[in-house]
Amino acid sequence: MKILVGYKRVVDYNVRIQVKADGSGVVTEGVKLSANPFDDIALEEALRLREKGIATEVIVATIAPADAQAHLRNGLAMGANRAIHVVTGEAIQPLTAARALLKLIEKEQPQIVILGKQAIDDDCNQTGQMLAALWNRPQATFASKVEVAGTVATVTREVDAGLETIEVDLPAVITTDLRLNEPRFIKLPDIMKAKSKPLETLQLADLGVESGDHLKTTRYVPPPKRSKGVMVKDAAELVAALKTKGLL
Amino acid sequence: MAKVLIIAEHLNGKLNSSTARCVTCARELKAESIDVLVLADAPDTIAAEAAKIDGVNKVLTAANAANAHALAAIYAPQVVAVAQGSGGYSHVLAPSTTFGKDVAPRVAALLGVAQVSDIMHVDDAYAFQRPIYAGNAIVSVSAPSDQILVATVRTASYAAATNGANAAPIEALNLAVDLPTHTRFVALAQGSSERPDLQSAARVVSGGRGVGSAENFAVIFKLADKLGAAVGASRAAVDAGYVPSDLQVGQTGKIIAPELYMAIGISGAIQHLTGIKDAGTIVAINKDGEAPIFEIADIGLVGDLFKIIPELEQALG
Repeated sequence: MKILVGYKRVVDYNVRIQVKADGSGVVTEGVKLSANPFDDIALEEALRLREKGIATEVIVATIAPADAQAHLRNGLAMGANRAIHVVTGEAIQPLTAARALLKLIEKEQPQIVILGKQAIDDDCNQTGQMLAALWNRPQATFASKVEVAGTVATVTREVDAGLETIEVDLPAVITTDLRLNEPRFIKLPDIMKAKSKPLETLQLADLGVESGDHLKTTRYVPPPKRSKGVMVKDAAELVAALKTKGLL
Repeated sequence: MAKVLIIAEHLNGKLNSSTARCVTCARELKAESIDVLVLADAPDTIAAEAAKIDGVNKVLTAANAANAHALAAIYAPQVVAVAQGSGGYSHVLAPSTTFGKDVAPRVAALLGVAQVSDIMHVDDAYAFQRPIYAGNAIVSVSAPSDQILVATVRTASYAAATNGANAAPIEALNLAVDLPTHTRFVALAQGSSERPDLQSAARVVSGGRGVGSAENFAVIFKLADKLGAAVGASRAAVDAGYVPSDLQVGQTGKIIAPELYMAIGISGAIQHLTGIKDAGTIVAINKDGEAPIFEIADIGLVGDLFKIIPELEQALG
């Protein structure tokens, strides 16, 4: 069984984002880029399924500019068997990403596709669901536990009401939540090994995907700031302050 | 003029307040009509609740045993059938809760359209503001007006529409849609709580890593009960196993807007702050005076939470 993992490169989660003064975007020059944390979790889960003998091959895929090869090498160093780089200079939107990933599915015929539930740059939380819809297959989003037996995956999902368990027939799309697993650290010898693993390069334009980039972003602004408040010295003062505000 | 279809969220036969928040957002679209679609096994009582929400023109129901649980793969083709049906809908809205986040993109993809996630402000019927980078930037996005607009509504940005004298008509639909059997509900483990619901509570008391253990979290629950508040938690507290994941507040947890938010033993990572930016008043109690939570707190108190909380309870009387 093959597993395809979506592996997006984003601004590192520790970076404090700055909006450009002219409102045309956020500052990404000289900013550290890393794998989307949810995608690291997706890759880790795929690797664990391979280590359990359920999967035989793990493929990482990204849709990104030409300079994203090092990013894919990280995925290979973490343990993926091979990588697919769909090259585009454009920042594509989830519908286009889903259509491109569907092309990879048609080619690779994976039984499980694992994506992060959202990318921490655009926070869209759409691609996995869209991919499952276009593929006409099940989706198990926000997974915190995945068990595969035969042709069925049992997935526990983190939902607002608690933990929901669903059963999906494979092939299926799974999207990861934070507590699914803790991704492993990459070891130096694995970085060396990753250099010789296969990395296939495709041009997005060659996949024959209709663009789904229907949304136009016209302006970026920083969020409104909350003004700094007051400090109180003890519980009694706190209660008094809350009473003054009419909150108690 | 916009004709809006809202996908109702419900659980255990009750309408979720996120639906009424979507109605408020829909009204800002200057909609010609706002209809609510209830997909359920037994939709009648849920539909009756939805019919009372001010601003709702019509409630549509699709009763089907397959709709007993909100499975996106089963709901989405039905939503698409209604959206493309005789109603002539221009907009499909769902709340940006785990329910709406699951189903709306599936609807959008079946319609072949993009989705606007987390609407926090309506500029016009096809132009919106939404947060990106955990709320550290706000973008203005515009969508084409010649396609159905699918969007999720950031519920913390909109108050629930009121229930007044409205009694919208309820129409039962008979949807001839083939539903898949490849996705099956197994179980829902719900945190049984007598406390107010975290997403709609007027007061929320949250604990973080500083609380130290699951046992110690009892002090947070006790204070919350004293205040009639819901209980929340930071990711650190959930990851450490102090409380279940449905209490997590932040970028990847719940985004909330209570009148009063008390962050106790929470340092204030940006991912947490994004979940509480719309709170009316933020109180922070932390032993580290340099914690980032104090930069956004309206009222800050530096000290040991285990000493302060009992004093607070006493002062509350």
